[in-house]
Amino acid sequence: MSEILLPRRRLIARAGGLVAAAGALPLLSGCDAINEAPVVRKILSMGEEMNRASQRALMDRDALAREFTRADLSPTFRSNGTKLPPGDAYAAHAASGFADWRVAVTGLVARPLSLSMADIRAMPQRTQITRHDCVEGWSAIGQWTGPQLSRILAAAGVRDSARYIVFRCADRIGDALYYESCDMVDALHPQTIMAWALGDTLLPIANGAPLRLRIERQLGYKHAKYVQGIEAVASLDRIGAGKGGYWEDRIDYEWYAGI
Amino acid sequence: MAEAETPVAPEKPEPVRVYRHRLPVRIWHWLNAVTLLILLMSGLMIFNAHPRLYWGQYGANPDYAWLAVGSTPKTGFLRIGETRIETTGVLGRWTDGQGAEQTWAFPGWATIPTTYSLADGRRWHFLFAWVLAISLTLYMLWSLLGGHLKKDLHVRRAEWAPRHIWQDVKDHARLRFPRGEAAARYHILQKLSYIGVIFVLLPLMIATGLTMSPGMNASAPWLLDLFGGRQSARSIHFLAAWTLVAFFVVHIAMVLLAGPVNEVRSMVTGWFRLPRERGADA
Repeated sequence: MSEILLPRRRLIARAGGLVAAAGALPLLSGCDAINEAPVVRKILSMGEEMNRASQRALMDRDALAREFTRADLSPTFRSNGTKLPPGDAYAAHAASGFADWRVAVTGLVARPLSLSMADIRAMPQRTQITRHDCVEGWSAIGQWTGPQLSRILAAAGVRDSARYIVFRCADRIGDALYYESCDMVDALHPQTIMAWALGDTLLPIANGAPLRLRIERQLGYKHAKYVQGIEAVASLDRIGAGKGGYWEDRIDYEWYAGI
Repeated sequence: MAEAETPVAPEKPEPVRVYRHRLPVRIWHWLNAVTLLILLMSGLMIFNAHPRLYWGQYGANPDYAWLAVGSTPKTGFLRIGETRIETTGVLGRWTDGQGAEQTWAFPGWATIPTTYSLADGRRWHFLFAWVLAISLTLYMLWSLLGGHLKKDLHVRRAEWAPRHIWQDVKDHARLRFPRGEAAARYHILQKLSYIGVIFVLLPLMIATGLTMSPGMNASAPWLLDLFGGRQSARSIHFLAAWTLVAFFVVHIAMVLLAGPVNEVRSMVTGWFRLPRERGADA
């Protein structure tokens, strides 16, 4: 992906240069050239590392996101990103009520699992009313139900060498399947659940049916929808383009989305 | 009082120079000039991702926004409450440098970067938020310990008198600025606006900014109670930012009216030339 993005960036910088040469808005295109310079990109990404390090230092490992009451629920819970995964395979799953949907738990685990939705609903459940914050700025409050991710990982016997959990999704956007990842602090957090219900109904397709991640101390794009795989890994380097998520790889969203 | 006309140019007395701004004041002033500009422009980019503001814990497209920027097929508009203002060309619908029509809320010349990128706007915003937070903390400590607060910003009892404040308002309205020794000190309106920026507005910007962070909400949930929810904090953040812009506009106007060369020079070198007392010059 970076091979495709870089020339485009250079093109943008060059187009900016042309505009500057033409004398139109030289200051603005100058600003964008600064924005695209590799050394500036490196400095800018320092902010993300400072945010992650300081929030991890300030925050109790298990500090809870605020839980609200039913009176606080958003009247309509907005969906975002993929509203309906394309393809016949997903359509067939949806038509059969996700009876054959499987969630593979793989990677650095002692006992790889293949869980059906019935298996997931048979586990001890957690219901929480939390606020969903989109990176764009809006928020919606919803009620989620599902097993804690820590229980699924414990059932699979996640190894000590696992440092990240990768979530594989069924929704293809453009050329690739959506994916996300988090570290073990968030993976084992008590409010991190694999939700199959929103409010009092099964998760709607627009919100990630049949199963989505809730990772309540981070922004919306981390909450992977249509989850088919949960993989424990030691490094994110060889997953996707190596930045730990679909949007992280493509448009440089922060991997740590606690702010 | 008038001096007699003389054929030779009158000897101008050397202007009295006073050391008005210590080094930390000057460094912080110019660092802020850059930092706040970057924070404003990258903040407008972030606003463009969702140009609607709400009160309360939640707020998204199905909910009522007290402020929204939007577009119709031909126009751009700003809506505040039930009041709709047409803003075609500036907000909601504008033409970019390449001549293409855009429907983002704030135009490219006002945002960092100029073309839409929420990811880049956030990176600039959050890095310079650190610069603001660290430099503000150091400046507050220095103001407290270094005597700046006590010597320059402290409002004396007599200055609180309504008559004194009213006099300063009238002087400003008539553009009668203090001269001589009095010009070396901050007057009451100046003190109040600087105290307001340093101890109210900038901390408010930082606190409301942190309240929008889901991570901070977990570690400091009292922030949500203080501001009445994440979406309220976002609205206050936006309003406080424009209050800072208003401060900037007045600040620049005052510099221009009071003598821009002398004022800017004093913020660079520290040395300020006292304007001569009225009647002292011809």
